[in-house]
Amino acid sequence: MTLRAVQALLEARTVAGQRFLDEVTIETAGAADLMSDVLAYSRSGTLLLTGLASAQSLSTADIADMKAIIYVRGKQPPAEVVAQAEARGIPLLCTTLGMFECCGRLYQAGVKDDGDASLRR
Amino acid sequence: MPACDAEGTGKPLLRQGYAVQGGDFLAGGTVSTRIKDLLKEIGLSPALIRRAAICCYEAEMNVVMYARQGTMTVEIHPRELVIRVEDEGPGIPDVELAMQEGYSTATDFMRSRGFGAGMGLPNIRRNADLLEIESVVGRGTSLRAVIRLV
Repeated sequence: MTLRAVQALLEARTVAGQRFLDEVTIETAGAADLMSDVLAYSRSGTLLLTGLASAQSLSTADIADMKAIIYVRGKQPPAEVVAQAEARGIPLLCTTLGMFECCGRLYQAGVKDDGDASLRR
Repeated sequence: MPACDAEGTGKPLLRQGYAVQGGDFLAGGTVSTRIKDLLKEIGLSPALIRRAAICCYEAEMNVVMYARQGTMTVEIHPRELVIRVEDEGPGIPDVELAMQEGYSTATDFMRSRGFGAGMGLPNIRRNADLLEIESVVGRGTSLRAVIRLV
Protein backbone atom coordinates (compact mmCIF):
# COMPACT_ATOMS: atom_id res chain seq x y z
CA MET A 1 0.00 0.00 0.00
CA THR A 2 1.13 3.56 -0.57
CA LEU A 3 2.28 5.74 2.27
CA ARG A 4 -0.74 7.94 1.54
CA ALA A 5 -3.00 4.96 2.24
CA VAL A 6 -1.06 4.32 5.47
CA GLN A 7 -1.59 7.94 6.44
CA ALA A 8 -5.36 7.59 5.99
CA LEU A 9 -5.49 4.22 7.74
CA LEU A 10 -3.64 5.51 10.81
CA GLU A 11 -5.37 8.91 10.82
CA ALA A 12 -1.91 10.40 10.62
CA ARG A 13 -0.52 13.81 9.78
CA THR A 14 2.55 14.09 7.58
CA VAL A 15 5.19 16.40 9.05
CA ALA A 16 8.03 15.68 6.61
CA GLY A 17 8.35 14.18 3.14
CA GLN A 18 4.85 15.02 1.89
CA ARG A 19 6.16 14.64 -1.65
CA PHE A 20 6.82 10.93 -1.15
CA LEU A 21 3.32 9.87 -0.04
CA ASP A 22 2.29 8.44 -3.41
CA GLU A 23 5.70 7.20 -4.42
CA VAL A 24 6.63 5.16 -1.31
CA THR A 25 4.96 1.77 -0.97
CA ILE A 26 4.81 -0.16 2.28
CA GLU A 27 4.85 -3.95 2.46
CA THR A 28 6.43 -4.56 5.87
CA ALA A 29 6.51 -2.76 9.20
CA GLY A 30 8.18 -3.01 12.58
CA ALA A 31 7.33 -1.37 15.90
CA ALA A 32 9.86 -0.53 18.60
CA ASP A 33 10.95 2.17 20.99
CA LEU A 34 14.35 0.58 21.42
CA MET A 35 16.48 1.67 18.48
CA SER A 36 19.13 -0.99 19.02
CA ASP A 37 16.39 -3.59 18.50
CA VAL A 38 15.49 -1.92 15.22
CA LEU A 39 19.13 -2.03 14.16
CA ALA A 40 19.48 -5.66 15.25
CA TYR A 41 16.30 -7.26 14.02
CA SER A 42 14.75 -5.28 11.18
CA ARG A 43 15.21 -5.60 7.47
CA SER A 44 15.79 -2.71 5.11
CA GLY A 45 12.92 -1.09 3.24
CA THR A 46 10.41 -1.28 6.05
CA LEU A 47 8.12 1.12 7.91
CA LEU A 48 9.14 2.06 11.47
CA LEU A 49 6.48 2.68 14.10
CA THR A 50 7.82 4.21 17.28
CA GLY A 51 6.99 6.34 20.28
CA LEU A 52 10.56 7.64 20.39
CA ALA A 53 10.62 11.12 18.87
CA SER A 54 14.29 11.97 19.48
CA ALA A 55 16.92 12.57 16.80
CA GLN A 56 17.93 8.93 17.20
CA SER A 57 14.65 7.70 15.68
CA LEU A 58 15.51 9.46 12.43
CA SER A 59 19.18 8.43 12.49
CA THR A 60 18.13 4.84 13.06
CA ALA A 61 15.62 4.93 10.19
CA ASP A 62 18.29 6.43 7.95
CA ILE A 63 21.04 4.00 8.91
CA ALA A 64 18.77 0.93 8.68
CA ASP A 65 17.22 1.98 5.34
CA MET A 66 13.67 2.44 6.65
CA LYS A 67 11.13 3.86 4.21
CA ALA A 68 9.31 6.12 6.68
CA ILE A 69 8.56 6.68 10.37
CA ILE A 70 5.15 6.74 12.08
CA TYR A 71 5.24 8.43 15.49
CA VAL A 72 2.51 6.94 17.66
CA ARG A 73 0.71 8.06 20.85
CA GLY A 74 0.76 11.72 19.78
CA LYS A 75 4.55 11.99 19.87
CA GLN A 76 6.03 14.87 17.87
CA PRO A 77 9.60 14.98 16.58
CA PRO A 78 11.46 18.23 17.30
CA ALA A 79 11.82 20.83 14.53
CA GLU A 80 15.49 19.91 13.97
CA VAL A 81 14.50 16.31 13.33
CA VAL A 82 11.75 17.34 10.90
CA ALA A 83 14.19 19.56 8.98
CA GLN A 84 16.75 16.77 8.86
CA ALA A 85 14.12 14.28 7.62
CA GLU A 86 13.17 16.65 4.80
CA ALA A 87 16.83 16.94 3.84
CA ARG A 88 17.34 13.17 3.96
CA GLY A 89 14.09 12.37 2.14
CA ILE A 90 12.58 10.30 4.92
CA PRO A 91 8.82 10.84 5.44
CA LEU A 92 7.65 11.40 9.03
CA LEU A 93 4.00 10.91 10.02
CA CYS A 94 2.35 11.51 13.40
CA THR A 95 -0.76 9.88 14.81
CA THR A 96 -2.51 10.03 18.15
CA LEU A 97 -3.34 6.33 17.88
CA GLY A 98 -1.44 3.90 20.10
CA MET A 99 1.18 1.46 18.94
CA PHE A 100 -1.13 -1.56 19.29
CA GLU A 101 -3.92 0.05 17.31
CA CYS A 102 -1.55 1.12 14.53
CA CYS A 103 -0.01 -2.34 14.25
CA GLY A 104 -3.46 -3.94 14.24
CA ARG A 105 -4.76 -1.73 11.47
CA LEU A 106 -1.65 -2.25 9.34
CA TYR A 107 -1.75 -6.01 9.88
CA GLN A 108 -5.40 -6.16 8.86
CA ALA A 109 -4.54 -4.21 5.74
CA GLY A 110 -2.00 -6.86 4.75
CA VAL A 111 1.24 -5.29 5.94
CA LYS A 112 3.65 -7.98 7.13
CA ASP A 113 6.16 -8.18 9.98
CA ASP A 114 9.50 -6.68 9.00
CA GLY A 115 11.75 -8.80 11.12
CA ASP A 116 14.03 -11.69 10.48
CA ALA A 117 12.84 -14.32 12.97
CA SER A 118 16.09 -16.26 12.65
CA LEU A 119 17.90 -13.35 14.33
CA ARG A 120 15.69 -13.40 17.42
CA ARG A 121 17.25 -16.33 19.20
CA MET B 1 33.92 -15.32 14.10
CA PRO B 2 36.39 -15.67 11.22
CA ALA B 3 39.98 -14.88 12.01
CA CYS B 4 41.19 -12.05 9.82
CA ASP B 5 43.45 -10.14 12.18
CA ALA B 6 45.97 -9.29 9.50
CA GLU B 7 43.38 -7.77 7.19
CA GLY B 8 42.90 -4.09 6.80
CA THR B 9 46.34 -3.25 8.12
CA GLY B 10 47.98 -2.02 4.90
CA LYS B 11 47.72 1.40 3.30
CA PRO B 12 44.06 2.12 2.56
CA LEU B 13 42.69 3.27 -0.80
CA LEU B 14 40.70 5.88 1.08
CA ARG B 15 40.68 7.11 4.64
CA GLN B 16 38.24 9.59 6.13
CA GLY B 17 38.16 10.73 9.74
CA TYR B 18 35.40 12.40 11.74
CA ALA B 19 35.12 13.92 15.21
CA VAL B 20 32.37 12.67 17.53
CA GLN B 21 31.28 14.87 20.44
CA GLY B 22 30.36 13.13 23.66
CA GLY B 23 27.01 14.04 25.16
CA ASP B 24 25.61 15.62 21.99
CA PHE B 25 22.51 13.49 21.47
CA LEU B 26 21.00 15.81 18.87
CA ALA B 27 24.02 15.30 16.62
CA GLY B 28 24.34 11.62 17.56
CA GLY B 29 24.16 9.70 14.29
CA THR B 30 25.28 12.44 11.92
CA VAL B 31 28.80 11.05 11.50
CA SER B 32 27.44 7.59 10.67
CA THR B 33 25.01 9.12 8.19
CA ARG B 34 27.89 10.92 6.49
CA ILE B 35 29.90 7.71 6.33
CA LYS B 36 26.87 5.95 4.86
CA ASP B 37 26.66 8.63 2.15
CA LEU B 38 30.38 8.23 1.46
CA LEU B 39 30.02 4.45 1.06
CA LYS B 40 27.08 4.99 -1.29
CA GLU B 41 29.19 7.34 -3.42
CA ILE B 42 31.91 4.71 -3.58
CA GLY B 43 29.30 2.28 -4.86
CA LEU B 44 29.35 -0.49 -2.26
CA SER B 45 26.33 -2.81 -2.20
CA PRO B 46 23.32 -1.72 -0.09
CA ALA B 47 23.74 -4.77 2.17
CA LEU B 48 27.39 -3.97 2.92
CA ILE B 49 26.60 -0.30 3.43
CA ARG B 50 23.84 -1.18 5.91
CA ARG B 51 26.15 -3.46 7.90
CA ALA B 52 28.89 -0.82 7.98
CA ALA B 53 26.45 1.97 8.85
CA ILE B 54 25.00 -0.02 11.76
CA CYS B 55 28.52 -0.68 13.11
CA CYS B 56 29.35 3.02 12.81
CA TYR B 57 26.10 4.16 14.38
CA GLU B 58 26.25 1.88 17.41
CA ALA B 59 29.89 2.87 17.97
CA GLU B 60 29.07 6.55 17.49
CA MET B 61 26.24 6.37 20.01
CA ASN B 62 28.58 4.70 22.50
CA VAL B 63 30.90 7.72 22.22
CA VAL B 64 27.96 10.12 22.51
CA MET B 65 26.60 8.30 25.55
CA TYR B 66 29.74 7.50 27.49
CA ALA B 67 32.79 9.45 26.31
CA ARG B 68 33.92 13.07 26.35
CA GLN B 69 34.94 12.97 22.71
CA GLY B 70 36.15 10.61 20.08
CA THR B 71 37.16 10.10 16.50
CA MET B 72 35.73 7.73 13.93
CA THR B 73 37.81 6.76 10.92
CA VAL B 74 36.67 4.70 7.99
CA GLU B 75 39.24 3.08 5.71
CA ILE B 76 38.55 1.39 2.41
CA HIS B 77 41.02 -1.34 1.53
CA PRO B 78 40.93 -3.50 -1.62
CA ARG B 79 39.28 -6.37 0.21
CA GLU B 80 37.81 -4.86 3.36
CA LEU B 81 36.39 -1.84 5.07
CA VAL B 82 37.82 -0.89 8.44
CA ILE B 83 36.06 1.25 11.03
CA ARG B 84 38.16 2.63 13.87
CA VAL B 85 36.73 4.48 16.82
CA GLU B 86 38.90 5.96 19.54
CA ASP B 87 37.44 7.83 22.46
CA GLU B 88 38.52 9.67 25.57
CA GLY B 89 36.23 8.47 28.29
CA PRO B 90 35.74 6.21 31.26
CA GLY B 91 36.78 3.05 29.43
CA ILE B 92 35.20 -0.39 29.80
CA PRO B 93 36.31 -2.32 32.92
CA ASP B 94 35.25 -5.73 31.55
CA VAL B 95 35.08 -5.86 27.75
CA GLU B 96 33.90 -9.47 27.69
CA LEU B 97 30.98 -8.60 29.94
CA ALA B 98 30.13 -5.53 27.82
CA MET B 99 29.96 -7.78 24.76
CA GLN B 100 27.14 -9.80 26.30
CA GLU B 101 23.73 -8.96 24.92
CA GLY B 102 21.66 -7.19 27.56
CA TYR B 103 24.54 -6.07 29.77
CA SER B 104 24.38 -2.32 30.20
CA THR B 105 25.53 0.51 32.44
CA ALA B 106 23.26 3.05 30.71
CA THR B 107 21.37 5.77 32.52
CA ASP B 108 17.63 6.34 32.19
CA PHE B 109 18.36 9.33 29.96
CA MET B 110 20.35 7.18 27.53
CA ARG B 111 17.53 4.65 27.50
CA SER B 112 15.05 7.43 26.79
CA ARG B 113 16.98 7.98 23.54
CA GLY B 114 16.32 4.41 22.45
CA PHE B 115 19.76 3.08 23.34
CA GLY B 116 21.56 1.62 26.32
CA ALA B 117 19.88 -1.77 26.43
CA GLY B 118 23.12 -3.67 26.11
CA MET B 119 22.77 -4.23 22.37
CA GLY B 120 25.43 -1.87 21.01
CA LEU B 121 28.58 -3.98 20.99
CA PRO B 122 26.66 -7.21 20.16
CA ASN B 123 25.09 -5.36 17.20
CA ILE B 124 28.53 -4.32 15.98
CA ARG B 125 29.83 -7.87 16.36
CA ARG B 126 26.80 -9.18 14.46
CA ASN B 127 27.47 -6.89 11.50
CA ALA B 128 31.26 -7.02 11.37
CA ASP B 129 33.49 -9.90 10.31
CA LEU B 130 35.99 -8.93 12.98
CA LEU B 131 35.65 -6.78 16.09
CA GLU B 132 38.54 -5.84 18.37
CA ILE B 133 38.18 -3.67 21.45
CA GLU B 134 40.90 -2.32 23.71
CA SER B 135 40.00 -0.25 26.71
CA VAL B 136 41.84 1.43 29.56
CA VAL B 137 39.70 2.43 32.52
CA GLY B 138 39.88 6.16 33.08
CA ARG B 139 41.41 6.84 29.66
CA GLY B 140 39.22 5.53 26.90
CA THR B 141 38.33 2.84 24.43
CA SER B 142 39.47 1.97 20.94
CA LEU B 143 37.44 -0.22 18.66
CA ARG B 144 38.28 -1.72 15.29
CA ALA B 145 35.63 -3.37 13.16
CA VAL B 146 36.44 -5.02 9.84
CA ILE B 147 33.90 -5.86 7.15
CA ARG B 148 35.01 -7.96 4.22
CA LEU B 149 34.10 -6.51 0.84
CA VAL B 150 34.77 -9.62 -1.22
